[in-house]
Order: sequence, then structure tokens, then C-alpha cells
Amino acid sequence: MSVKLTEEMLSALPDARGHFGAFGGRFVSETLMDSLMTLEKEYARLKKDPEFQARFDKELADYVGRPTPLYFAERLSRETGGAQIWLKREDLCHTGAHKVNNTIGQALLASFLGKKRIIAETGAGQHGVATATVCARLGLECHVFMGAEDVQRQSLNVFRMKLLGATVHAVEGGTKTLKDAMNDAMRDWVANVDDTFYIIGTVAGPHPYPLLVRDFQSVIGRETRRQALEKTGKLPDALVACVGGGSNAIGMFYPFLADESVELYGVEAGGLGIDTGKHAAPLCAGRPGVLHGNRTYLMEDENGQIAGTHSVSAGLDYPGVGPEHSWLKDIGRAHYVSVTDDEAMEGFRKLTRVEGIMPALETAHAVAYAIKLAATMDKDQTVVINVSGRGDKDINTVAKLEGIEI
Amino acid sequence: MSRIEGVLKALKGQGRKALIPYITAGDPHPDVTVDLMHTLVKAGADIIELGVPFSDPMADGPVIQLACERALVHGTSLRQVIAMVKEFRKTDDATPVVLMGYLNPMEAMGYETFADAAKDAGVDGILTVDLPPEEADEVAPLFTQRNLDAIFLLAPTTTDDRIRAISEHSSGYVYYVSIKGVTGSATINVDEVAEKVNHIHELTALPVGVGFGIRDAETAAAVGRVSDGVIVGSVLVDTIARNQADTDQLKRALTDLLHPMREALDSLAS
Repeated sequence: MSVKLTEEMLSALPDARGHFGAFGGRFVSETLMDSLMTLEKEYARLKKDPEFQARFDKELADYVGRPTPLYFAERLSRETGGAQIWLKREDLCHTGAHKVNNTIGQALLASFLGKKRIIAETGAGQHGVATATVCARLGLECHVFMGAEDVQRQSLNVFRMKLLGATVHAVEGGTKTLKDAMNDAMRDWVANVDDTFYIIGTVAGPHPYPLLVRDFQSVIGRETRRQALEKTGKLPDALVACVGGGSNAIGMFYPFLADESVELYGVEAGGLGIDTGKHAAPLCAGRPGVLHGNRTYLMEDENGQIAGTHSVSAGLDYPGVGPEHSWLKDIGRAHYVSVTDDEAMEGFRKLTRVEGIMPALETAHAVAYAIKLAATMDKDQTVVINVSGRGDKDINTVAKLEGIEI
Repeated sequence: MSRIEGVLKALKGQGRKALIPYITAGDPHPDVTVDLMHTLVKAGADIIELGVPFSDPMADGPVIQLACERALVHGTSLRQVIAMVKEFRKTDDATPVVLMGYLNPMEAMGYETFADAAKDAGVDGILTVDLPPEEADEVAPLFTQRNLDAIFLLAPTTTDDRIRAISEHSSGYVYYVSIKGVTGSATINVDEVAEKVNHIHELTALPVGVGFGIRDAETAAAVGRVSDGVIVGSVLVDTIARNQADTDQLKRALTDLLHPMREALDSLAS
């Protein structure tokens, strides 16, 4: 079922119009077309500019704290009783998640293009914090759009963004969550397109964003590949990452796409269970459609209206997914699976208690699936989990679920 | 000749400008939309842009987003919107109707099914906000084959090359978005609009409708002076929001808004 991908095939994607097979593209109103085409052209130039790349590498090393370790989870592996489980420690990045790899890249891009005003959307607040952080670092004006409900749920991150000097706009429209924040960020961009750079936090959005974010996040997979060869003498047998929009997963997967022996698993939010309809798993249970500038798998009703989503993890609570994942699903290169809220909580507790590493609830989905997967594999095989973020931000949610008042 | 082309040609022959009101189908209730369409025509509308409600109207401001939400509360679907046009056509086969909306409801219905149903109901044109011509090569031919006009947007940021290319893909008219911003968000700069629209006229022979930011007789006349038609949306939708409880009052309010615009446009006739 899986096709063999060559480096040559991969370098041709996305195509000139931003398509990954039937997915991706640029479905936006005309006002934004010129900006997106300019961004595409400028990025193509800067991608080959040694000065830009050297600056990006330096920021990743000295500011973000890369490379992050590839850590052997010995106790977890022993307790699971199957394959060796390794953890790629993106939770050790500055600001506590992989998001900053991308925000520093895009903020540098904005600086090189002379744009002084930055906008971003955020769900759980991690991308908002990562954007506010790099704006403070580079002296850029920062506006973060966040659904009014998420502002309530994630008050700690709202406060962090404000401390960092960002203006947080609570979005009252629609379902008051991530998708609505993205709508309002797009609206702001249309109105301020001349001086404003929109830092999108995931691999979704119109071309060239899925390409930009993938390129900036691919450092995760490149490091993992090198570290795995150094530490285990071979490539991993399986990679597991959670998928909301899918930026940490694509960052991990992309450098391995041509390595046929490496199985890729993207874990979506199964919420209360796929059959209840209360989940955020468009790849597992949705169908292709068009939202936020690209064609991709979506959660929608029979009339094409975008459906409400549910996940215990705000960062996965999104009805779409990056178009490259949709393509990887359709060609059979990656497997997309889901775990429920309860299973994710189990994963959260397990990693915390057995390894002393508290993962974000998003990451906990990958942990939960990887444990199940590893148990079915041989002892000489290896599984790498992308630990995309740390769990400190989720303490209140976890306490509430356990009926504890802090 | 399409119904849109015919109407715009006739107006041009009379030295008159098209008045093109926009309302969201299903707002405030699916049962009154057809009635409101007839009201618009009586008040002077030459073409009607009928909005197809969408859950995530990214290019629209809060006024039209709320209209979408009101329509979606009653489950207004694309199929129902098409049925409304069919109903409207029973007593009006002269006024062109353009469906304006986002791509996903059409994709969900299936493009061919949609195009057939729209044609059958008497729809005249399709304006898809989030479908630039670059992505339209699969969809637009389905419209043209059925003599449905594909109407595309031009923006202040559109380059000359794109204006030419977009015009080549368009029929009926092109829709110039007068401001950088979402619907209902800012006041237009008439001089800037005039300059750009004159320039667009140099690049295409298609009629140019101008929308976004037209809220009264004065702005309608100012824009009508340089364009072939004016599109009025948010101010009408806001009127619907404020009068949703009483349909008769709503119809009077819509008429009171459009009438002065009609008169102001006709006073431009040479």
C-alpha cells in the first residue's frame, strides 16, 4: 500500500501552486494573494541565503537550546516489555515546546522582509507564547488572537503573553476556539497586509505556510536521524507524534519520508471516542474539504459546515490538519490513528511517574499510542516519541479532571 | 447572452449604474429570504447577491459572520439556498441572482451536482470568496459549460498581470473589493477607488462592480460615478439584524435604505 518516496519526488513537493497531491493550495480571498506570492518568492530566496540560514541556526542553538536530546526511556521500555522507547525532548526547547523552532524562523523572515508588526493565532497558548517570546527577542510588535473560551481555559498563558509585551485579542465569534482565532488573524492580516507578518503556528494555512513551517520544524527529524544513528547505530523502526495541525509530526517525519523502513504514526485526538463524534480526528474520521486557505481532511457536517471539535488537549482541538499529512495518509506513507482523552491521561501519568518527564497533554496522546505500539514490537526494535511539549501548562486541567482544587 | 450580461448591457445603454444588494440567505430565517429578495427588487435592485452561509467566513467582518450564524441556527444549507432561488424565479425571471459564498459547502455538495442544481434553479452567477482563479481550473469550467457566470474578486493589492488573468477567467462582471479589509470594516477612499477602477477598465472590457464600504446614497453615488455597479452588503445585513423580529418593518427598513441609493445612482445618468 505504501509508495516508495525518493528524495527527488520529495523535493518537488509542494508543487509550484503549493499542492501536495490533491491537498494544500492557496484558497484565500484576493486581497491576500499578492502577499502570499511575495512571501513565497522571498522565502525561496532566503532559503538559499547563507546569511539567513546561519542566523536561523545560531538562534536555534543559542536561544532555543538545540540540539535537544534523544533520550532512552529505559524504565518505560522495560515496563512496556517490547521495543526500546526513545524520547526526542522538544519539551526542553525554550518556552517548553517545539513551537519556538517555527516562530523564530518566521520572525526572522519577517525581520528580513522589514515587517515590524506580527500577528498570530493560538489555541492552548503555546504558539502565542512562542510568538510573543521571539517578538520580545527581536523587538517586534505582537498581536495574538485567541478564542474567548481558550482565553478562559488558558489564563496562565494569556498572562505569560502579556508579560512578554504582546496584545492578546479575545475572539468572540463562532465557537470561540482555535479555528475562530485563525479566522480573526486572517481578517486582521487582510486589513493590515502592508506592514504585518502573520506567523502561522501549524503546517496548515495557504501556501507557502505549510512549506515554511515544515522547513523550520524539520530540524527535529534531522537531529533525531543523526542522534539515532549515533546512539543505536541504525534508524528507528517507528516514529510517533501527536497531530493537531501537525507541525511537530511533520517536523519529525519529513527527514525520514524516503526511509522506507521507518514506520510513521501520527496520533490524533480521539476525545470521548471516534464513534461519539466528540473528537478532533479529521484524518481518522473526516473527509477532504477546504478551510483556512488549503484543501485537507476536515471535520465537517454533510452540508460542508465546519464541525465543532472536542479534545482534552486544547492544542489538538482543531477541525483541520496540515495538507501534507492528508497527502501522506492518502499515499499510505504514514499511519494516522487516534487515542481517547482517557488514554492520553493514562499516557501522561505513565511518563510522569516512570520517567519523571511530564508531557503536555498533546504529547500524551503520542505517548499513549507509542506504549501500545512498542508492546507489539521486538526488543531489538526502536520507537521514537516526539515529546513535543512539557506538561506544566496543563496542570490545572489535570487537577480538574482528577477533582483536585489547586 | 447571460441574464447578468443582458441586464448590465441594458443599463449601460441607458447610462445607468447597477445597484447590487447582498443579503445572507436564511437570515434572519429561511422562510423570509425569498420575500426579502422581492423587496430588494422593488426597492431598485438590478442584481441580487445572495450569500450562502458558512461557519467560518474568513473574509467577512462581524456583521456578516453573525448573519451566517443566524442562518445556520436554522440549518440553512446550500441546497436550501438553491431552492430559495428556484422559488424566487417563479415570480421573477428578470433579476439575475449571484450566489456568493465560500468553497467548502460547494465541495461538500459536489461541484457537478451543485452546478446542475444552481442552473436548474435559475442561478446566474457564482462568486466564491476563497477561490482564486489559480485553484478554479476544475470548478470554473463546470460553471461556464452551464452558462453560469464565474465572478472573481479584484483587490487593491491585485497586480496588473493578475487583473488581466483574473478578467480572462471571469464573465458577467468583476467584483472590485474597494478596501483592504473584511466586509463592513472601514470607510472607502473614493479617490483611490476611482483611480484603481479606471485602471481596471483599461485592462478589461468586463463591467466592474465595486463593493465593501458602501453604506449610503452618497458613497453609492461617488462609487457609481466610476464603476458599472455598486454592491451594498453589510449595511443591509446590519439592518436585518436590527429588525429581525418584525418582517414588515424589516422590509420597510431595507426599502428605505435602498431607495435613496437607487435615486442617487440614477441621478448620475447622463
